[in-house]
Amino acid sequence: MARPPRVRRSRGRDPLGLRRALSDRLLPALVAAMALLAALALAGAQGAAELTARWETGAAAAVTVQLPPGAASGGRLERALAALEALPEVAGARLMSEARMQALLRPWLGEAPAVALPLVIELRLAELPASPEALAEQIAAAVPGGVVESHGVWVARLVALARSLQAVALAALVLVAGIAAAVVAVAVRAGIAARRAAIALLHDMGATDADIAGRFAGRAGLLVGTGALLGTLLAAPVLAGFADLAAPLLGRVPAGSLAGLPWESVPWGALALLPLLGAALGWLTAQATVRRWLRRLP
Amino acid sequence: MVRFDDVGLRYGSGPAPEVLRDVSFALPQGSFHWLLGPSGAGKSSILGLMHLALRPSRGEVEVLGQPLTRLRRGALPGLRRRIGVVYQDFRLLPHLTVFDNVALPMRIAGRAEAQLRADVAEMLRWTGLDGKAGALPATLSGGEQQRVALARAVVTRPALLVADEPTGNLDGAQARRVLALLREMHRLGTTVVVATHAEGLVAEHPAPALRMSEGRLVAHG
Repeated sequence: MARPPRVRRSRGRDPLGLRRALSDRLLPALVAAMALLAALALAGAQGAAELTARWETGAAAAVTVQLPPGAASGGRLERALAALEALPEVAGARLMSEARMQALLRPWLGEAPAVALPLVIELRLAELPASPEALAEQIAAAVPGGVVESHGVWVARLVALARSLQAVALAALVLVAGIAAAVVAVAVRAGIAARRAAIALLHDMGATDADIAGRFAGRAGLLVGTGALLGTLLAAPVLAGFADLAAPLLGRVPAGSLAGLPWESVPWGALALLPLLGAALGWLTAQATVRRWLRRLP
Repeated sequence: MVRFDDVGLRYGSGPAPEVLRDVSFALPQGSFHWLLGPSGAGKSSILGLMHLALRPSRGEVEVLGQPLTRLRRGALPGLRRRIGVVYQDFRLLPHLTVFDNVALPMRIAGRAEAQLRADVAEMLRWTGLDGKAGALPATLSGGEQQRVALARAVVTRPALLVADEPTGNLDGAQARRVLALLREMHRLGTTVVVATHAEGLVAEHPAPALRMSEGRLVAHG
């Protein structure tokens, strides 16, 4: 028996001609731009979370009241605690332990401070006051001779702001994902329109919906994954630059040069997921779009 | 093998008139039938129902022993793979070579590449296209393109072969060559239904005929 001829059939595995119908330029470029935005939103959410965690420590005691060192005797401390807890704005009042006080002052006064330390009462507020100054006056009136520090109220407000930023960043991420899905759906619909006759032919030959949708989904997943990878690679230096700008807010020193950028601050783990999630989004969107269209065929 | 029982067909879901009305016939396994009638008589609709591109609006169509009204949509692809179709306009995929066009039904059926090469090569020899395996359809004559379409329709050895005006775009010699191949498939045991306008060709190859007029079957035999 004669040996069958060897022929060029490089496109045999692409009977729908999707390499042309789903262009490898426009869709990846659009997705790359969206991946860049997603990376920025992701990093924004992570940065806001870091700021929140850092500031929350400072806001834990939103208001403190200092009493002179001798206030422990004569029941003055107990009266002050009782008066503070009686205020409706105060959820709790407790004396800061000597050990914690020493730990806080250690960087300035060393292991065994020679000076007498004041008594510090930490107040946990029921809710953030509209006017910290008015509250400070109210507390000062309740504890005569006490020194009120209410800077923590402002820190707590910053925490609330950072949390809002985090929520906005996550919402932006969801929005970008939604727009990316819409862009993929439009591209796939254009591909279907361009290959309508070929799809009908394959359908007539016994191709299943899964087979036809799988061809579109494989191509869309590849293009979207590639675009997301490009966008992510572009985002990495931008994020390192932002991290450098934000360094003072996190108690770090800015590098000021490309070589010294804080690359370790870039959320590499989350960024590595973006191309994979992008590919999955493209695959799923194409599957849903094509299967929905195929339902109109008998 | 193929049975139509009081079949009606209308396109769309509105109050459009039926393009097929009260059509009933049965084609035994291994038969050869002409499907005759003027344009608009309903020949393509009959063929569309036979190769499962359409579903009847009423009545029952049974293809290869399977009643369509009771068949799940998911079961149709398997049945379609047992039916070969030759279109008047060939419907070759322009970006695929002759080889890949012919191999397409086998790839859809999941045949391994190593296995399908020999079958496709044999089909190309059978249709006189063995030197054209690497050519693109646009470089072929009309007769060659129709033979590629025929090779693609029969490469999976279908139980039923339907051809819609397969000689409509061909000159006399090419038409006779395509018809000879269809007769050869019938000789090998395939049930063949050929829709045509070409009464001369029918006269040259006498066989039972279904004659359609205005959506109705007016003669069978």
